Amino acid sequence: MRQFLKLLFRNRLAGLGAIVLGAIVLLVLVTPLLPLPDPNATATGDRFLRPFSAGHLLGTDHLGRDLLARLLYGTRLSLAVGLAAALIAATIGSAIGILAGYFGGRLDNVVMRGVDMLMAFPYILLALAIVAALGPGLLNALIAVAAVNIPFFARNIRGVTVGLAGREFVDAAKLAGMGSGRIVMVEILPNVLPTIVIAMSTTVGWMILETAGLSFLGLGSQPPQADLGSMLGEARAALISAPHTSVVPGVMIFLIVMSVNLLGDGIRDALDPRLKSGALSRPRATTAVDRKGPVPETPQQGLLDLQELQTQFHVGERIYRAVGGVSLHVKPGECLGIIGESGSGKSVTALSVMGLVASPPGVVTGGAVKYDGEDLLSADYKSLRRKRGENVAYIFQDPLATLHPLYRVGDQLAEAIRVHHRVSDAEAKRRGLELLRSVRIPNPESRMRNYPHEMSGGMRQRVGIAMALANDPDVIIADEPTTALDVTVQAQILSMLDDLRRERGLAIVFITHDFGVVAQLCDRVAVMYAGRIVEEGMTREVLEHPLHPYTSRLIACVPELGGGRRKLEAIPGLPPPVDKLPPGCAFAPRCPKAQPECQKGEIALFTKEERAVRCLYPEETFLEEEMADARLAGE
Amino acid sequence: MPALQVSELSKTFDRARPLFGKAPPGVRAVRPMSFVVEEGETLGIVGESGCGKSTLARMLVGLLSPTTGHIEIEGKALDNADPAAFGRLIQYVFQDPISSLNPRRTIRAIMETPLKLLYGMDRKQRETRIAEIFDSVNLREEFLDRYPHEFSGGQAQRIGIARALAAEPRIIVLDEPVSALDVSVQAQVLNLLARLRSEFNLTYLFISHDLAVVEAVSDRVVVLYFGSVVEIGRAERIFNSPKHPYTRLLAESAPVVGRPLTEPEQKGTELPDPLDPPPGCPFAGRCPKATEICREQDPPLERMGEDQFAACHHPLEG
Repeated sequence: MRQFLKLLFRNRLAGLGAIVLGAIVLLVLVTPLLPLPDPNATATGDRFLRPFSAGHLLGTDHLGRDLLARLLYGTRLSLAVGLAAALIAATIGSAIGILAGYFGGRLDNVVMRGVDMLMAFPYILLALAIVAALGPGLLNALIAVAAVNIPFFARNIRGVTVGLAGREFVDAAKLAGMGSGRIVMVEILPNVLPTIVIAMSTTVGWMILETAGLSFLGLGSQPPQADLGSMLGEARAALISAPHTSVVPGVMIFLIVMSVNLLGDGIRDALDPRLKSGALSRPRATTAVDRKGPVPETPQQGLLDLQELQTQFHVGERIYRAVGGVSLHVKPGECLGIIGESGSGKSVTALSVMGLVASPPGVVTGGAVKYDGEDLLSADYKSLRRKRGENVAYIFQDPLATLHPLYRVGDQLAEAIRVHHRVSDAEAKRRGLELLRSVRIPNPESRMRNYPHEMSGGMRQRVGIAMALANDPDVIIADEPTTALDVTVQAQILSMLDDLRRERGLAIVFITHDFGVVAQLCDRVAVMYAGRIVEEGMTREVLEHPLHPYTSRLIACVPELGGGRRKLEAIPGLPPPVDKLPPGCAFAPRCPKAQPECQKGEIALFTKEERAVRCLYPEETFLEEEMADARLAGE
Repeated sequence: MPALQVSELSKTFDRARPLFGKAPPGVRAVRPMSFVVEEGETLGIVGESGCGKSTLARMLVGLLSPTTGHIEIEGKALDNADPAAFGRLIQYVFQDPISSLNPRRTIRAIMETPLKLLYGMDRKQRETRIAEIFDSVNLREEFLDRYPHEFSGGQAQRIGIARALAAEPRIIVLDEPVSALDVSVQAQVLNLLARLRSEFNLTYLFISHDLAVVEAVSDRVVVLYFGSVVEIGRAERIFNSPKHPYTRLLAESAPVVGRPLTEPEQKGTELPDPLDPPPGCPFAGRCPKATEICREQDPPLERMGEDQFAACHHPLEG
């Protein structure tokens, strides 16, 4: 709730709306207590007194009635009617929407077509028809306004409900013995309530206006009772001779509707879940770089070289150290595996290379990414953009999310080529066809005209790979490219990637959580835990003789096919959250071999040629002398 | 008496009728299948996406009514799809632990629902029962007043298991219960499930696409392809000496440490189109051993070896 208010008042206009509306509501609430003359007492001798006359602060109308009193009582009535109409429309409309959305089928069809028909009439005509049928009067105007707005709520809420009704927690509730009525009340309603509130806050101003409109036409409040619409209607005859009689209610209508709408927009934004996650603040084109230390001067190794890279997420007061000093390099024709569990920082490491981490909240706070002797973190946007796709390309996990759903895959491929090369349409198309052939898509000619949803997961990922290959990059970073695929399709994709790197001399950085995949594809592997590399080496070495206790425990967790029924190994506990990393080794709290010195201060990455480990008590002897020194230093 | 007996169960989804003309034939998500699960057994169900395993699971717990066939749980026939009637006998643990918990209800409210509605327990009884269940799944009672988003995947999945246990079912359908979890946490949940099974004498149906996990936890395994059972057998034998070429393809596709990378299939083959199913064996298009008869006749499930069954005209030797 506090967060909601904070979000709401961060929007200045919404705050202004809240203040104005609050003042008006307060004023009309205390109206009966104020020393005001009777709003309906006529005194024809005092007609059309100007504002600031004695005894009449805002003057009088054509019957000599006090305008201030009529205004306040009229506002009271208009607000009450508008709000009541909004509540009625929201209640009935939402009930219709929830029922139609939850039960679906024929009920949904019949009800929603009825709602569509209602919406097909111009609303004011419909309201007039309803009032004409029921006869004039404030209550009937209220009914008319509510009825006219029901379809809006019904359609909105139905859409949300349809999404919720298919969710797994609704199935779970059915299995827990809940009937439909209970599911609607307990499971669905609390989840659609924010949407109802949003819809109401954005329409209540409109409904006040509609009620005033009907009263203006003489169909709403009947004399002598005042509401804002009827005040305007009665003042119409004297618009020129006594303009204040129309201006006073006019300004009030303006203030109410304006403040209600500003506040309503604010509420909508504050309740929108996308806003909370920061989706409305558009990320910058590249990741922000704010290096605390100097740029490492180490000469570049391999084709792409990450040196002590640090990437953090700054969310409010909290700092998440997603990548805490990672050094990696990859040579042409080599496949480097990065293995780690969710939250280990492997994807953020990969995205940092080309400045693709969303900023805000991401910030690169240290280290360097060297490609071809140049530090990519210092590169300007233009040169970085030229290198994206042309030199370093990405393959992502979910090709359905990375391909644009509204364009044909052939056009998307051609676009990827033309971003970097000025070629004709026909030429781009020809190259696209060639690419689809090179990733072994059957019937590439007809596939070029497919939309992404017309293809299976395996075919889509092939298109994703073809796109990464479009500009003949030197390095491909593949972030869990086969995790979403079936095993038989995964095997096809992996062997294709393997062939591609041999044929084209590609360097591949392959991110995965699967040791089986690493073992089959990667030459070298780096194991990440809580944002740091804990072990690195040739794949065979690491898998057969793991040095870090985390690596060996993790390998033991992976069941292997052919072992029959058995108890599986688990690592107790959970990885530490990266905004609260413990001192020393992040794995120490889960490690059976941990000693007091493991949790004191920084533990270095002990490196000997290709092999490296960040541990004081490795599983096998490694750099015995240096480790002994480090252990002593820790005690 | 078997815990679960399924006979000739099938599901066909109707397709929308076009404005003119006849309705097209429905999509046969699950073709008529029969199998038996003994009490205390874990039956693994494997298959690729689109093979009908989720449709089967939803029919077994009564969330979807079958087009044909019968479901019998401990001798009791459950023919009408009424989740509340099924709920006391068979429960479901969902793949995505977080989305299977209502974000706006506390864990206590979620846990109390089956106790209140299926067993009519009063407040006192519910409290003791929840404490018992939480104890057996290693969850702290202080979690009860929190909301689902405050939990990690592993914890949320244990809450999902606790909810299923609260209904005191005889059978639990586990639909990919660990595929959303990290490997190091995966085993925590699997070992918990194994302990609960012996503690409460439960029967499991374990659905997964991960063959190694299925093999590690199951007594017997069913392999599904394109809506039909293509092979059933003991877990320790089915992947080591498969009879159906598809089972062998699955086993050879799983990446294994120490096996060189080879493409098990040369062509870029895919599942057949469910809107236009081919005649005969649905695997024939991908099968290296397929002959004329495979493209004409759908092979029946036949006994091959002691307790292994496969639906194939040319079963593998060995």
